[in-house]
Amino acid sequence: MKLEETRVIEHREIQGGYRLLVLLAPVIAPQVRPGQFVHLRVPHLEAAVLRRPFSVYDARHDRISILYKDVGHGTGTMKYLHAGEALSLIGPLGHGFPMCGEGHIPVLVAGGYGMAALYLGARQSPVKGVAFFGGRTSADILCVKEFEALGWEVRVSTEDGSLGSRGMVTEAVDAWLQSDRGDSVPEFFACGPNGMLKAVGDRAIAGGWTAWISMDRHMGCGVGACLTCVQKIKTPDGGWVWERCCKEGPVFECRKVVWEEKPEA
Amino acid sequence: MKLDTSIQLGSLRMRNPVTVASGTFGYGPEYADLVDLNKLGAIVVKGISPEPVKGNPPPRTVEVASGLINAIGLQNPGARGFIETYLPFLRRYDVPVVVNIWGRTTEDYEHVAEVLGAEEGVAALEVNVSCPNIKEGSCLFGTNPEMFKRVVSGVRAKTAKPMIVKLAPDLYRVREFAVFAEECGADAVSLINSIPAMAIDVETRRAKLGNITGGLSGPAIHPIAVKMVWEVAKAVKIPLIAMGGITRAEDAIEFLLAGATAVAVGTANFTHPATALEVVAGIEAYLARHGLASVRELVGGFRP
Repeated sequence: MKLEETRVIEHREIQGGYRLLVLLAPVIAPQVRPGQFVHLRVPHLEAAVLRRPFSVYDARHDRISILYKDVGHGTGTMKYLHAGEALSLIGPLGHGFPMCGEGHIPVLVAGGYGMAALYLGARQSPVKGVAFFGGRTSADILCVKEFEALGWEVRVSTEDGSLGSRGMVTEAVDAWLQSDRGDSVPEFFACGPNGMLKAVGDRAIAGGWTAWISMDRHMGCGVGACLTCVQKIKTPDGGWVWERCCKEGPVFECRKVVWEEKPEA
Repeated sequence: MKLDTSIQLGSLRMRNPVTVASGTFGYGPEYADLVDLNKLGAIVVKGISPEPVKGNPPPRTVEVASGLINAIGLQNPGARGFIETYLPFLRRYDVPVVVNIWGRTTEDYEHVAEVLGAEEGVAALEVNVSCPNIKEGSCLFGTNPEMFKRVVSGVRAKTAKPMIVKLAPDLYRVREFAVFAEECGADAVSLINSIPAMAIDVETRRAKLGNITGGLSGPAIHPIAVKMVWEVAKAVKIPLIAMGGITRAEDAIEFLLAGATAVAVGTANFTHPATALEVVAGIEAYLARHGLASVRELVGGFRP
């Protein structure tokens, strides 16, 4: 974990409000492992006391790429960043994805820009498997070509049917699970909304497979000090403890997660 | 000219007047990769109670304009957990460790003070009688004079180590409680704790915090803290540790001029972990620029 003053090399919109930010980060970039994140101080946002966490989409040599969507106060300001600007980064942070188990076929499941957390692992994995990308509409499906170029089979689904099969990404996963896969044993790597993560986890538990899920919790310090991003994690004695998404996570094996979504009024 | 940045809080000597506010720096290891702990005046760790505490349901913090409202709920590993898990790490450093302590009863405070006060590597205790996020006990101790005095005197009787009392940010009575702390044997008082606050999501009409209310910290509270520090400094003879929205050396120097002997960087640790060390450097530069030999010459130097 390092604190580094980085510089914006490239910043552009890919599609539909999704943007790619490339930073010169010679200290942090070589240390990033799949599924880890960086904590970024948004410039020109003087009233913000918190940094913003972003999955590292790619890290090569001295460069880090972040893929994000303009959804709020922080990202709304970030979109005006231009090449050459300085940007303070803390990273790499958290425990990311492990390598796929020997003899298993890696299965990636991404909701929207959740694929950003999966690319680095997809690139480094010696075994290429199948990647499921889901979103509300075609604009939410990103970087299919990039994953295909790595040798992954990408299956797309959208809720409105504007690209790939119509429906939830987990329906596409179900169709694949029910197809003739021989005796292959899937191992899941997922990032996306909590509902999707739970659904992937439920399927893995039912099938007796492993599923690694990257949890996205509201985050404070990013380094384990403030205890904002806590997640209930099961203990062997049948109880639970809070674990920090920024430190013990963000990736957990699905069996360890206690799902407890607040009922909406 | 050699600059002297050292200060003294009772028998606690600090190499410089800059520490970190309890709850914003974990227990030490969290920031050790990013900040040279040996360059801090002291480390104040997150609040410790006799037994482990799980804390409040998420969401536990919410960012607001120039501030942060937190309702962590004093999650902590308990006295034993702290001693076993974190104290060996902290002992490896050459920096005074101040342990923030709290409880739900007077006996809790006395117990945790006795246990931690006896540990090698614990330089001082900061008695938290003012957390806004605990319903029973803690909050009441900070606002009820009789309970306040009982807790502070109780802790005093259990440890000979320097005792700092962290005051509740009560706009109208903070001076009164600072005097009580002094009368009950405190070596120093620290202020201000986060200010009770809340935020509502207007779309869902629900609280933005799992605990509904929390404590506001960050630059938003800095001018309020400066005023309270100024008033308390006039009321007591014991030294003050000032905190509230420090993001740069100028904010810290304001506190010193208002009468504080030491300062603590809080929320800014989250924004920019190097803040505390930059504040140290900024104070040194200020001393040099103004031809002052010691940081102690600044204390109370405000010209009303």
